[in-house]
Amino acid sequence: MIAFLIKRLFHAFLVMFVISVISFAIQDNLGDPIQQMVGQSVPESEREALREELGLNDPFLVQYVRFAKNAMHFDFGYSYFYNQPTTEVILRHLPATLELVAATTLLIVLLSVPIGVYSAIRPRALLARFFMGVSTVGISIPVFLTAIVLIQIFAIGVTFTPFPSETGWGSWLNDLISTDGGMPAYGRGHELTHVFGTWYTNFAGWDSLIYLVLPAVSLASIMLPLFIRLIRAEMLEVLQSEYVKFAKAKGIGMRRIYFLHALKNTMLPVITVGGVQIGTLVAYTILTETVFQWPGMGLMFLDAIERSDIPLIVTYLMVVGLIFVITNTLVDLIYGLVNPTVKLTGKPA
Amino acid sequence: MSNATTTTPPTHWARFRDSYLFYSFKHDWIAQVCFVIFVIMVSAALLAPWLASINPYDLSQVFILDSELPPFWIDGSDAKYPLGTDALGRDMLSTILYGARVSLIIGFGAVILQALIGVTFGLLAGYLGGRVDAFLMRLADIQLSFSTLMVAIIVGAVFKATFGGATYSEHAVLLLVLIIGLAEWPQYARTVRASVLAERSKEYVDAARVMGFRAKRIMFRHILPNTLSPIFVISTVQIANAIISEAALSFLGLGMPETQPSLGSLIKSGFDYLQSGSWWITLLPGAVLVVLVLVINLLGDWLRDVMNPRLYKG
Repeated sequence: MIAFLIKRLFHAFLVMFVISVISFAIQDNLGDPIQQMVGQSVPESEREALREELGLNDPFLVQYVRFAKNAMHFDFGYSYFYNQPTTEVILRHLPATLELVAATTLLIVLLSVPIGVYSAIRPRALLARFFMGVSTVGISIPVFLTAIVLIQIFAIGVTFTPFPSETGWGSWLNDLISTDGGMPAYGRGHELTHVFGTWYTNFAGWDSLIYLVLPAVSLASIMLPLFIRLIRAEMLEVLQSEYVKFAKAKGIGMRRIYFLHALKNTMLPVITVGGVQIGTLVAYTILTETVFQWPGMGLMFLDAIERSDIPLIVTYLMVVGLIFVITNTLVDLIYGLVNPTVKLTGKPA
Repeated sequence: MSNATTTTPPTHWARFRDSYLFYSFKHDWIAQVCFVIFVIMVSAALLAPWLASINPYDLSQVFILDSELPPFWIDGSDAKYPLGTDALGRDMLSTILYGARVSLIIGFGAVILQALIGVTFGLLAGYLGGRVDAFLMRLADIQLSFSTLMVAIIVGAVFKATFGGATYSEHAVLLLVLIIGLAEWPQYARTVRASVLAERSKEYVDAARVMGFRAKRIMFRHILPNTLSPIFVISTVQIANAIISEAALSFLGLGMPETQPSLGSLIKSGFDYLQSGSWWITLLPGAVLVVLVLVINLLGDWLRDVMNPRLYKG
C-alpha cells in the first residue's frame, strides 16, 4: 500500500510539473505584461527598464524557477483586470463553482443509481426502454443547448395554443402544455448566506436555492445518461455472474441480491469513471456558467481569456490541474482500497 | 479512410450487397431512417450555396428591416423566409444550411486529424511496446483525465491569446480542426493499441516478421487492416463528438466568428435575443445540431452492435 501510495504521489507530482511548465510557457509567451500595465504613451526606454526590474529579460529557466517557487506559495502574481492577487480572485469565484458541482453530483447520484439499477433489473420493461431512449437523446444534446431550452421553458415561459382556447377544455389543455416561466436563470441571486471567508452559499434558503436549480439540472443532464448507461451495463454484467446465480440458488431474497450483492460490485467501475468524469464536469461548468452567468471559475476563466488576463488564466490552469490531479489520485487510492484484487504494488492497471 | 465497401467498382458492390453489414442494415429501420436523414442533412449542407435562397455572408442580399421575423407557423412571418430571420435580417434557413456545412467540415476534418495521429501512435505503442508504449499511453491517460473538451478549451484559449482575436477568426476552421484533432486523438490511440496487442501475437504477424519485413510495413500493411472495424465504429461517435466540441467552442467564443458562423456560433449569437422572445434564432440551429448529432450517434450504436469489435473498455 505504501509503495502504491508513493508511486501515485510521484505520478501526481510529475503531472503537476508538466502542467506548471505548460502554464509558465503560456505566461512567458503570451501577451506583453508591460503593455498591459502601462499606457500607450510610455516611452520604450522606460518600458525596457520596467522589464529589467520585473525580471522579464532573464533566461527561461531562471524565470521558471522563480515561477515555481512562487507557485509553491500559491503566489501567481496580480490579475491585470482585478488588480488583486489572482489566488484571491480564484478563491472568490471557487465557491460558486463548487456549489454548482455539489448540487449536480447530488442530482446525478440520486437519479442515476435508481434508474440504472432499475433498467438492469427490468431491461425489457417499457419504462426502462424509455430511460434508455431518453439517455441516447440526452447524450446528443450539448449542455449549453439544454440550458437554453430550460431557460426558455422555465424562465421565459412558453405559450402553445394548438387547442381552441374559447372552449373550457381547450384553454385548460393549452395551459397544461404552456409554462409561465419566472424561474430565476441568471446569476446567484442576492439572498446568499455568508459562511466564512469568501464562501457565500446558495444552499441556506429556498430563495437562493432556486437560483441553483436550472444550472444544476442542465449540468446534470449531460452527465446523467453516461452514468445511467454505465450502471445499467455493469449491473447487467454482474447479474450474469456466478456468484449472483449462486446467491439465487441459495434462496436469498432478490432484493438483498440486487441491492447488497450486485450493487456493490456494480459501483466499482462507476467510481473510476466518476473520477475521470470530474474533468469533463469542470469543462461543462465553463459552458453552464456562461449560459447562466453563474459567477464561478468557469465564467471568470472565459472573461480572463477575453481580457487577455494572462496571470488569471495561468492560475486557473494550475488550480484546475491541481483539482484533477488530486481527484484522480484519490480515485485510484479509493479504488485500490475497495477492490483488493487490484495489484497495488505492481503496475497500475 | 475505410470506405472500401461503399465507394466502389462492381465486385466490391456485390461483396457489400451480400455482407452481413448490409443485411442487418436492411433489417434495422432505425438505422435506415438515421442514414436517410444523415445523407439528406449532409447533402443539403454541402449544397448550401445552391440550395440557400440568399448568401448570408453577402451583405447586399440581406435586409436589416426584415430582422427577427418568426418562422412560417407563427403570425407575422414572411413567405420569403420559411424559418424566419435573425437579428441582422438573414434568412434562418440559409444561415443554418451554411452553418451546418461549416460544422460538418470541421467535424470531419478534426476526425481525420485525430485518426491520423491516434492510429499512428496506437500502432507504435501497441507494436513497439516498452518505453514508447509507456510514454504514449501515459500521455493519453493524462490528456483523457483532463477530458477532451477541457483540453480543447485550454488549447483554444491559448491559441486565441497567442494569435489575437482577428487572426484567430480568420483561420478559425483550420485552428478548430487542429484543436479538436489534438484534443481527441487518445480515443483512437487506445482503441488501436488494444487491437494491435491482440493482433501482434498472431501467426500472420510472426510470418511477416520471419519473412524479414520491416516494422513499418508490418504495422501499416498487415496489422492496420485488421484493426479497421473498431476504428470505423469509434469514428462515427468521434464525428458526433467533434461536432459537439466545435459547437461548444464556438458557443464560448473560441470558435467560428459570427461572420462565418457554424451551428454553434449561430446558437451563441441567437442566445442574446432569447429574452426578447425571438427563440427561433437560437433554438432552430440548436435543433438541427441535435438531430445531426443524434442520427450520427444512433448510426454509431448500430455499427457497434453489428461489427461488435473488442473496444477498449475502462
